[in-house]
Amino acid sequence: MTPVMPSDFDPRNSEPEDFVSPGLPVDQANTTGRLPVGDPEQIPDPAEVEVPADLREQIQAIVDKYPDRNHKGSPKSAAIPVLWIIQRRYGWCTPEGIVQAACVMQVTPAYLESVASFYDLLRTSPQGEHQVLVCTNIACWMRGGDELLDSFCEKTGADREAAGHGGALSEDGKILVSGFECLGACDLAPMASVDERYFGPLENADAGTIVDQLESGSEVLPEKALDKRGLAGGVADSTDERVTGGKGPNQ
Amino acid sequence: MSIVETRVLLRHAEDPKMATLAGYESYGGYEVLKKALKEIEPEWIVNELEESGLRGRGGAGFSMGKKVSFLPHTDEAKYLCCNADESEPGAFKDRELMQRNPHQLIEGMIISSFAADIEHAFIFIRGEYDDQADILDRAVDEAYEAGYLGKNILGSGFALELTVHRGAGAYICGEETALLDALEGKRGNPRLKPPFPAVQGLYGGPTLINNVETLSNVSHIVANGADWFKSFGTEQSPGTKVVSVSGCVKRPGNYEVELGVSLRDLIYGLAGGPLDGREITAFYPGGSSSPVLTPAEMDLPYSFEAMAEAGSMLGSGSIIVADDSVSIPRMALRTAKFYRHESCGKCTPCREGTNWTEKMLQRVCSGEATPMDLDIISSVQDNIMGHCLCVLGDAMAMPVSSMVNKFRDSFEQTIAEEAAKAWSFGGLEAADGPVGDPAGRTSPGVPSGPPTGPSKSPGRDVQDGDEPGPGGVSPETLRRERLAGRSIPSGGGS
Ligand SMILES: Cc1cc2nc3c(=O)[nH]c(=O)nc-3n(C[C@H](O)[C@H](O)[C@H](O)COP(=O)(O)O)c2cc1C
Ligand code: SF4
Ligand code: FES
Repeated sequence: MTPVMPSDFDPRNSEPEDFVSPGLPVDQANTTGRLPVGDPEQIPDPAEVEVPADLREQIQAIVDKYPDRNHKGSPKSAAIPVLWIIQRRYGWCTPEGIVQAACVMQVTPAYLESVASFYDLLRTSPQGEHQVLVCTNIACWMRGGDELLDSFCEKTGADREAAGHGGALSEDGKILVSGFECLGACDLAPMASVDERYFGPLENADAGTIVDQLESGSEVLPEKALDKRGLAGGVADSTDERVTGGKGPNQ
Repeated sequence: MSIVETRVLLRHAEDPKMATLAGYESYGGYEVLKKALKEIEPEWIVNELEESGLRGRGGAGFSMGKKVSFLPHTDEAKYLCCNADESEPGAFKDRELMQRNPHQLIEGMIISSFAADIEHAFIFIRGEYDDQADILDRAVDEAYEAGYLGKNILGSGFALELTVHRGAGAYICGEETALLDALEGKRGNPRLKPPFPAVQGLYGGPTLINNVETLSNVSHIVANGADWFKSFGTEQSPGTKVVSVSGCVKRPGNYEVELGVSLRDLIYGLAGGPLDGREITAFYPGGSSSPVLTPAEMDLPYSFEAMAEAGSMLGSGSIIVADDSVSIPRMALRTAKFYRHESCGKCTPCREGTNWTEKMLQRVCSGEATPMDLDIISSVQDNIMGHCLCVLGDAMAMPVSSMVNKFRDSFEQTIAEEAAKAWSFGGLEAADGPVGDPAGRTSPGVPSGPPTGPSKSPGRDVQDGDEPGPGGVSPETLRRERLAGRSIPSGGGS
C-alpha cells in the first residue's frame, strides 16, 4: 500500500484502512470506525439540526453548571460531561450525537471530536451493550490480571490481541472486552469494571459467570462488588484521645 | 507486633450512614463550617492551615496553607479544584474517602473556599469512579438543599457553587494544569509553568488545586487547631495518612496511620505481609512513580522526609509490594507501558522516551537485548528527567532507573535466559558452551537444557515467558503457581 500523505487525504472518499501514516503511531480511533457528519468545522445551525427535546434539556442543564462567559467561563467546559450523555444515550459517541451536542453547545463538531478521541472512556466506535474493563496494571498483573483478561476473551470470543490494545468486541458484538490501566482498586486485584461497577478479587472462572450473567440480564456477582465491601483490615479504631476527644466531624 | 490504625479521616467510615448528610451531621459534621462562617476570620484559617504543616496528599507534598496564601487578594473570580483523578497505579485512597465520607470533603472545600474567597469549586473525579461520582452528586445536592452551598450560605453572605466534573479516562488529567484544561473542556494537555495556577489557572483566574485527602483534612484542622494536627506524625510530615497497600500482600487495602510509622508496621503489621511461602523483593513506596525500595529499607519511617532521604518519595502514599514470584524486568516493562500509554505527547523526551523505554524493556523480556542495552535504558531515563513540561516523564524515569540500578542482575539474567529460550525454540538446540542469541551475539553463562515452558504467542503486549531462575524455578513459574492455588483474602468483607 502506498502511503497517502495527509494533505491528499480526504476521509470522505477513501476507506479508513487506506490511510497509512508517515511513520507515526496513529490512534485507531482517529482513523477507523467513523466519519464526520456534515462540515466538522462549522458550528451547526440550530435550524438545521434536529435535537430531541429531552437531550437538549439535559445538555443545557450541564452547560449551566459551569461559569458562563460573564464569569470568564465558557460552555466548552461541559464538553466531557456532555459527551458522556451522548455516549450513554447512543451507546457511543456517534457522529450524529456529536453534531447534536455541538449544536446545543454552539461549538464545532470537530472540537467535540478532538476531545472524544483523547479520552479512553469515550468511545468513537461502537462499543457493544456491555463493557468489561479488566485491569492489567502492576498490582492486578501481579495477581493474575492478564490471565483474567485471557479468560474473558476465551469466554466471549473477543480477540485477545485487540483486547489488550484498546478493546475488542465479543463474537456477537454485544460485549466490549478491554484491558485497562489501573482502575484505582488495586485492593481488589485482580479486578474488572463491568458496566462501570467494580468487582474483585476475581478468579479466572468468574469471567464465565460474569459473561453469563450479563447475557441473561441478571445481577453481576453481588458478593464481589466493591460497594458491598467493608474497610480493609478491620483493625479496631484506636482509643487515642486525640482522636476520640477531637472536635469537628467524625466524632 | 500490634499496630493499630489512627483513624481520623476514616473514623466511623464503616458506618454506611456516614455517606449521607444526616449521618455525617449525627457525627458532628458541618458544625465547624457553621462556626467558621459566624465567628472565624478567613485569615485565621489560612494561618492555621499554614501553621499545621499540612502537606499535599496528591503527590508533591507541598504545604497546603502556603498554596492558599499564594492566591492574590483581589476581586477577580477565584476557583478551587479538588483533584480526584486518582489514576496513579497503586493509589485508591481517594476512592475510599469519597465513597465513605463525601461530606467531609465537601465541608473541607467550603471552608477552604471561604478562607480563600473562592466563588466556584469543582471536584474533578476520574470517569471510572462512576459509583463515587454518583455518591458525590447526591452529597452535593444534599448540601445545596441544607444551605451549605449556593448563595448566602447559612446567612453569612458567603456564596459558593460546587460542580462535580467527571473525567473520561486519562491519567495525565491528574497533573494540575492538564486538569484545568480538562475542566475547560479541552484535551488534557499540561501547560507551561509559570504562571502557576495560583496566579493564572482555570479560565485564567487564580486557582487552588488540592487533592481529596488534603481537603478532607481541612475541617479537622480548623476545628482542633494546628497544634492538635501537629501532635500526629513527624515534624516535617504532620498528620495522619491514608495509605493504600496492594500487590503481593495478604490484606491489601487502605490503612490510616500517623505519618512516620515504620514501613514494616504498614506492610507486615497492617497489610499482613507477603503471601504464604513468599518473600518480599521490592516495593514502590509512593505509587508507581516512586523509585522502588528493597526489604533492607523496611524499617524506615513512612514519612515524606525519610522516603526522600532513601532516594524515593512518599508521593500519593501508595505501597505496591512485589514478592519473589514477580519478575522485576517485567514489572519495569508494565510500568513503562503505562506511562507510554498515558504520555500526552506534548514534549519529545517524554513522548519518545517512554516509547523507547518500553520497546527496550520488551527486548529485555524477550531476550533480544544485550547487557549494554541496560546502560542505554539508564541513559534514556537520565535524559528524560527534568527535561519535560510536567513530571509524567520523570514519573516513569525514576522507578525504571531505580529498578535497572538495583536489580541489574535480574535484568541480565532475564536477557540471558530468554535468549537461550528463543534459540532453542528456533530448533537450534543449544550445544555446549556459550549460547548465542538469534542476532549472533553471545551471552555467556546461560544454562543450556530443554526449554522449561511453552512460548507465548507473539504480539501480546508482554511476552510473559517462563524462564528458569536461580533455584531452577522462574519468578514467572512461581507467579503462575501462586495464581493456580491462589486464595485471596477478602480483605474486609461487609
Ligand atoms: C502525571 C501526574 C498525575 C497526577 N495525578 C494526580 C492525581 O491523580 N491526584 C492528585 O491528587 N494529584 C495528582 N498529581 C499531582 C497534582 O499535579 C498536584 O500536585 C496535586 O493535585 C496538588 O494537590 P495537593 O497539594 O493537595 O497534593 C499528578 C501529577 C502528575 C504530574
Ligand atoms: S512530560 Fe509527557 S505528559 Fe507531561 S506534558 Fe510532556 S509529553 Fe505530556
Ligand atoms: S493495578 Fe489494577 S486496579 Fe490498580
